[in-house]
Formats: sequence, C-alpha cells, structure tokens
Amino acid sequence: MKVLICISNVPDTTTKIRFNADNTAFDTAGIQWIINPWDELALTRALELKETTGDTIEKITVVAVGLKDAEPTLRKALAIGADDAVRIDAEPKDAFFVAEQLAQVAKDYDIILCGIEASDYNGSAVGGMLSEFLNIPSVSSVSKLNIENGDVKVNREIDGGSETLSTEVPFVAIVQKGIALEPRIPSMRGIMMARKKPLNVLPAVETEALTEFVSYELPPAKSACKIVDTENVKELVDLLHNEAKVI
Amino acid sequence: MDFEFTEEQLMIRQAARDYAERELIQDVLERDAKAEFPTRHIKNLADLGFMGMIVDPKYDGGGMDTISYVLAIEEISKIDSSVSVILSVNNSLVCYGIEKFGIEEQKEKYLKPLARGEKIGAFLLSEPEAGSDASKQRTIAEDKGDYYLINGTKNWISNANSASIYIVIAHTHPEKGHKGINAFIVEKNSPGISLGPHEDKMGMRSSDTHSVMFTDVKVPKENRIGEDGFGFKFAMKALEAGRIGIAAQAVGIASGALDRAIQYAKERKAFGTEIANHQAIAFKISDMAVKVENARNLCLKAAWLKDQGKPFATASSMAKQYAADIAMEVTTEAVQIHGGYGYVKEYHVERLMREAKLTQIYEGTSEIQKIVISRSLLSD
Repeated sequence: MKVLICISNVPDTTTKIRFNADNTAFDTAGIQWIINPWDELALTRALELKETTGDTIEKITVVAVGLKDAEPTLRKALAIGADDAVRIDAEPKDAFFVAEQLAQVAKDYDIILCGIEASDYNGSAVGGMLSEFLNIPSVSSVSKLNIENGDVKVNREIDGGSETLSTEVPFVAIVQKGIALEPRIPSMRGIMMARKKPLNVLPAVETEALTEFVSYELPPAKSACKIVDTENVKELVDLLHNEAKVI
Repeated sequence: MDFEFTEEQLMIRQAARDYAERELIQDVLERDAKAEFPTRHIKNLADLGFMGMIVDPKYDGGGMDTISYVLAIEEISKIDSSVSVILSVNNSLVCYGIEKFGIEEQKEKYLKPLARGEKIGAFLLSEPEAGSDASKQRTIAEDKGDYYLINGTKNWISNANSASIYIVIAHTHPEKGHKGINAFIVEKNSPGISLGPHEDKMGMRSSDTHSVMFTDVKVPKENRIGEDGFGFKFAMKALEAGRIGIAAQAVGIASGALDRAIQYAKERKAFGTEIANHQAIAFKISDMAVKVENARNLCLKAAWLKDQGKPFATASSMAKQYAADIAMEVTTEAVQIHGGYGYVKEYHVERLMREAKLTQIYEGTSEIQKIVISRSLLSD
C-alpha cells in the first residue's frame, strides 16, 4: 500500500501573530515554519506502521501545497523518514483550493492521511473535501490506525467511548491527537539521507478559491483574574451577573 | 559574509532543542540533585546520532559540520550541561582526535563504536600535579618493545566511569620534556585500571568525574596515536577543537539563563508593574543579551574557521575564554533578576550558575586561554 500524508506548513505554535498595516494579511516576516502538529503525528503513525507491518507499506509520501518556502518543512518530513515529497507550487488560498490541488497527487495512493485541522487557520475542511474530489470514503476524528493482515482498521473517539471501523482502500483518514504519541526527532542519519530523497515540484491545477480573507484581528487580551473570598458568595454572584454577564 | 544558517543546520538545531525541551528538562533537577548519570538520554542521543555527529559517515558518524555541532551543543546546554559535556568530550576530544590523527585500524576498531555512541570516550590528560601545565606529566608509559606499560594517576576525568575507551596522555621519555609525551588508546577494562571515588561536584553533577589510577597497565604498541613523542602536540590539537564545544556549552548556559530571566522579568511584578518595566532590570537584560550574542558569534567564527580548514586555535581560545567568563556573569545576573526565586533550585538559574563556573576551569582555564591568545599575538 502507498501512504500519502498531506502536510500544512504552519507557523511555529509559539509565534507572535502580527498582521500587515491594514489588517488584510498575516505578516509572515521572521516566522519559523513547522509541520502542522496533527500532520506530524500522522506521519509518525505511518512510519510506525511501515516498520511493524512487514512489506505492507511500500512507500510513504508527503505532499504540501506551497511556495518554495514550504520546502524546509517537507525536507524535515523526509529527514524524519518519509520516502519522497511533493510540493504543489501554489500559495494555499483556501481549503477548497488546497483540496483540489492535493487531489491530483492523492488519486494514486491507498491511505491518505490529513490532520484534523491545521494549527494556523483551523479550518478542518481539507480532508473531507479531498475525499469528495476523489469520490472515496473518509473517516474523521481518527485516533488509531492499524493494518491487520492487510485490512485497515481505524478507531474514532465518539461521545462516551470509541468505535472501531474497518474501511476499504483507498480512503482518507482525518486524524487527531492519539494517532501517535509524539512526533519523532530527525536523526543525523535521517537528515543526511534527506539530502538524496526526491522532492518533486508539480505545477498547480487551475482552480478558484471559494473564500476570500477580508480582515484579521487578534482576540481581546485576557483580562486579569479576580479573586473572591470564599466567604463572599454574594459578591461572586454579583460579579458573574453584572460584570462577566454570564449568569 | 553570510550570517544565514543552512536549512540543515537549522534542522539540527531544532532537533537538539526538541530533545532538550521534551526530554532533558523532565529529570534534569533530579539528576542534578542525585548526581545521576543520564544513561537513558545518552542512549537516545546516540540513536539520534549526536554522539558522533561531526565524524565522517565512513566511520559511522553523522557527517555534520562544526557549525551544526555548535548549534546542537548550545541548545542542549540551555537545559542540561551535564549531558552536553558528555557529548562534547566524546565528539570533539576523543572522536576528533582519533579521526584526525589515528591510523585506519584504530578508526575501524575504536572510532566507529564511539561515533555510533555504543561506546563512550574519555580524555585523560589532567593529573593531580599537572593541570594547566600539561607538559609536566607524571604518568609514565614505559616502552617495553611490543607494548607500553602505563603507571600513574589522572585527575578530573569526565566520563571516567561511563566511558569504555580512554585516550591517555603519558610520558615515555621524561628527559625529552614535552617531546617525550605520547597519546594512547586504552580500553578501560584493561587489567590494572582502577577508579577513584565519584567526585561530588558543584555543578554538571550528572556527568561522572573520577580520578583514574594506572598500575602496570599493558597497552599494545599499535594503540599509540601518531609517531613516538607526538602526544603533547596531539593533546593540544584535540583541545583546540574541544574548546569550541565548551565555548558552545558556555553560550548555551548563558543563553538559557537569559531566556529564563526575560520570561521571569515579564511575569514578576513589583511596585505595580512587571519588573521588566524597571530600567534597572531592562538594562541588565540588554547587557546580558549583548554578551550572549558576542560569545555566540565568537564561537560560530571558530567553528566556521575549523570547517573551512583554516587555523582556529586562537579563535577557539577567544571563544572559550569569553563565553565562559560571560556565562558566569550572565547566570549571576539571571539569579539576581529572579531574586529569592533565583536562589532555589526549582527556577534552574542557580544550577546554570553552578554549571557556568566549570566552563571557566575545564579544558583550559580562562587564564590559560589568555596565554594562548596573547602568545599568538605577541610571538614573532
């Protein structure tokens, strides 16, 4: 089986978020880019499966939609252990645009893994759209992925428990935390080998974005914490009612 | 001039940072308190390839440049210098020494397991009465024809217990002064080697330091490094490279203390505002940052010269002396900024201050570095 991991190139989670002067674009100056954490866990799980299921998985590919500055992120995925990488040469405009770009690569794979969301825009839309483009099944909120005797089994967290599903391939697994414990750190050997692994660049397909980003704003700063004495329930109720306006 | 790191150098820095922030931080305080060797971490770092990261891949090393090495040592030292000194001794004293000056058979037999991190190396130069004045070796390696017989005592040996491969510096021809000194690769399990007690150190407590006694230890002739009498030069060359590692360590200690001081100054309030808003503290942070940046640049310059195959002895001494001295200053200020919290272990800066002190002492004191630097400027 061939496994594809769709990767978003996102700002490091500790990034200080800034916008341009008229708040119409995210200011990318000085940003350190990383593999979207959910995608990195998906890659980790794919590598674990490749190592533990004999010859079941013949290849692990990573793909990203992005300009040249997305390549370090893809090369890190290669250093961690992916066999090859594809960059689709376009600015990722919105989820629909990205999903349609990914579809041209994903059609050749059996297991397609997408993170449940990307840590920048948190759209949670690409995985589902991708399966629609390919007309194949998708399973969302996947927290476990196993291959037993060639059959793919996935677990989903559901209200009050979890369910196990078996699925045909090809399919899209939209994965959440739990799919792997923690991402791998690339080894010196991995970093050295990544120099020689293929990173292919494909042209983007003609398509339109369906959404437009109008403006950005930061969430309001967290206000200071007020401490009310345990004896003073009336003051607490009063504050919740009149100041916080939550009751 | 190009101040940009390559994509690969950044990836290595991030890998070291990830390991330090995810793993080393978990038990660094406990290991410091108990003076416990970081066995698990050294195994993990060996698996990641850090133990021999600058060794040629043909000898199972990582094949990385010295800049990458400096970046990795800095990141690890921000959190835990006991671990970085184990790495530094193994990489830049032992592996570098054997790779640069050893013969093929020695590389095959000793360098490969050291580079893979399956074995750890130690460098045995200091003696009870020969520290800075390294030519006054009292350990004797008597030439017995097809083997050498080593007798003597070595002091302050990092990795003494955890290592299984020693590089031992000893006198074969005391009458010839420093030209009678040899360097040997000695297996620690050779009969006649015994260890003194674990030294109870002020800092870097989770790295193991012992004295090592040699009583009629037989070493095969083929384990001598270089020609007869090459040992002193060998030791000095290895230390030139080693100093880059210790300089990087000192940069890491200082920069780790600075990061913690900045974070604390932005959180702690006094007189109605965060202490970072008081100029007394803000200027301290500024002074610390300039020192860290200077030290880092000196260290990277020395690494760059080494990577370019240019002479780097003076540069590595400058980097080591300056970085060690400012590490002491910066960590002391970080404790001051933390006030009472800085004096307790939970906030890490007192430990960084204890660690900084050693960087001014080992692998050539700051005073010895000044001798090296001034002689390079003043000699004809």
